[in-house]
Amino acid sequence: MATGFVKRIVKLLGLLLIVGGVACKSEKPSDKSLKVTEDELAADSVISQSIQSVKQIFYSLPSPLETALILKRSGAVYNEDLLNPVENVAHYNTSKSMALNLGIYSTDLSYASLFDQTQATINLMNASKKMADGLGILNAIDNSVIQRLEENINNRDVIMETISETFLNTNSILEEDDRVAIGSIILVGGWLEGLYLATSLVSDEKKMDNELVDRIADQKFSLETVLSLLKQNSDNADVMEIYSDMQKLSEIFYDIQISASRVEVVPASNNGATILRSKNVITVNPDVFNKLKTKVKELRTKYTA
Amino acid sequence: MKSFTTTILILGLLLLQPHSTQAQCKNFAKKICKLELAPYVHDGNYNAAILTEGEDAELFKTFYAGQEYRISICGSESLAKIEFLVMDVDRRVLYSNAKNNYATSWNFKVEATQQLIILVRVPSSGNSGSELASGCVAIMFGLKAE
Repeated sequence: MATGFVKRIVKLLGLLLIVGGVACKSEKPSDKSLKVTEDELAADSVISQSIQSVKQIFYSLPSPLETALILKRSGAVYNEDLLNPVENVAHYNTSKSMALNLGIYSTDLSYASLFDQTQATINLMNASKKMADGLGILNAIDNSVIQRLEENINNRDVIMETISETFLNTNSILEEDDRVAIGSIILVGGWLEGLYLATSLVSDEKKMDNELVDRIADQKFSLETVLSLLKQNSDNADVMEIYSDMQKLSEIFYDIQISASRVEVVPASNNGATILRSKNVITVNPDVFNKLKTKVKELRTKYTA
Repeated sequence: MKSFTTTILILGLLLLQPHSTQAQCKNFAKKICKLELAPYVHDGNYNAAILTEGEDAELFKTFYAGQEYRISICGSESLAKIEFLVMDVDRRVLYSNAKNNYATSWNFKVEATQQLIILVRVPSSGNSGSELASGCVAIMFGLKAE
């Protein structure tokens, strides 16, 4: 019996070594916790230099909530027909499709919530929950979240806070589980949905001098972040497929011109916010806009099919 | 036999420590840092890492015209202070919290959409011979809702 017990312990040790090995290997360089003294560093300038140069890079995309706020501020109206139908959840069985559509539903639900579309918000949160559960992000969106939405249908602050909390749960759980590639797909899905809603909501495609078109053109900046974020996970085949799609969008954005002036810092007054004063001159040709709109729709149809 | 089992369990816990540290970082960001964003609404993104004295991290993000933001940087108690800079794409410094008593947050609004770089640094304490401190550092963004 004692021999059997020892064998089990040895197996357990082997398993722990494997799991531990994977956890260490998957860590980013800056996550390493170094336990050395400064005297030791002085004695070994090579180690010192390596510590000084260790740097973690984050690429942060607008979250679904931010995208929805920008849309609303730009004069967008609510159009339920543009949302990805919640019935589509049954179609998504792969990690890639679930991650993309978790992002897409997240943006849709943020958009619906800002226009006080309570029932749509709850339905979309349920759809998001199914995607999150399917991806194994358990407890990111639990039943208490849905209940809180139902109990606060007239309280937009609580609804926004609840939505923000579910994103944070989802992102942090994926980071903790070292599934950052999935996290990047979710973010890109959400970002593309924002672009889809915005381009679809431009009513006059010949009139390019409006705020919504300006915010669409601004996505040229975020697209750089999208590409950098995806490139960080280039060892993942799903990520690289999406990267290739985003490069096609990038080719169209190349023809949208934005020239920016130098930033002037205007200090805050009366506890307000500091203003970063500058001006962008945006040039969007209607043909380029239509090309962009068509490509965005094509990708969105591909991702939600 | 008992001490053998104990050794194995301790070894296992040490091997799994990075995972547990990430979990602590997550809880720290959610329970402590997020509160500093109020009354702004947290955008929902999670940017946190374990940094040691002398290390830095950079975050690239596009900020949109007309939207008011709060950047909040917070570090765990083991880190004395965190320095952060906000720079434009040419790396021109627009804000440094070191010139503002190491403030942990900054409210701002951009008149034109632009990408900014947030550099976060854990300065060296300068205590010769002491162990370098390390801990969780989170960069969070709040949005002003209408």
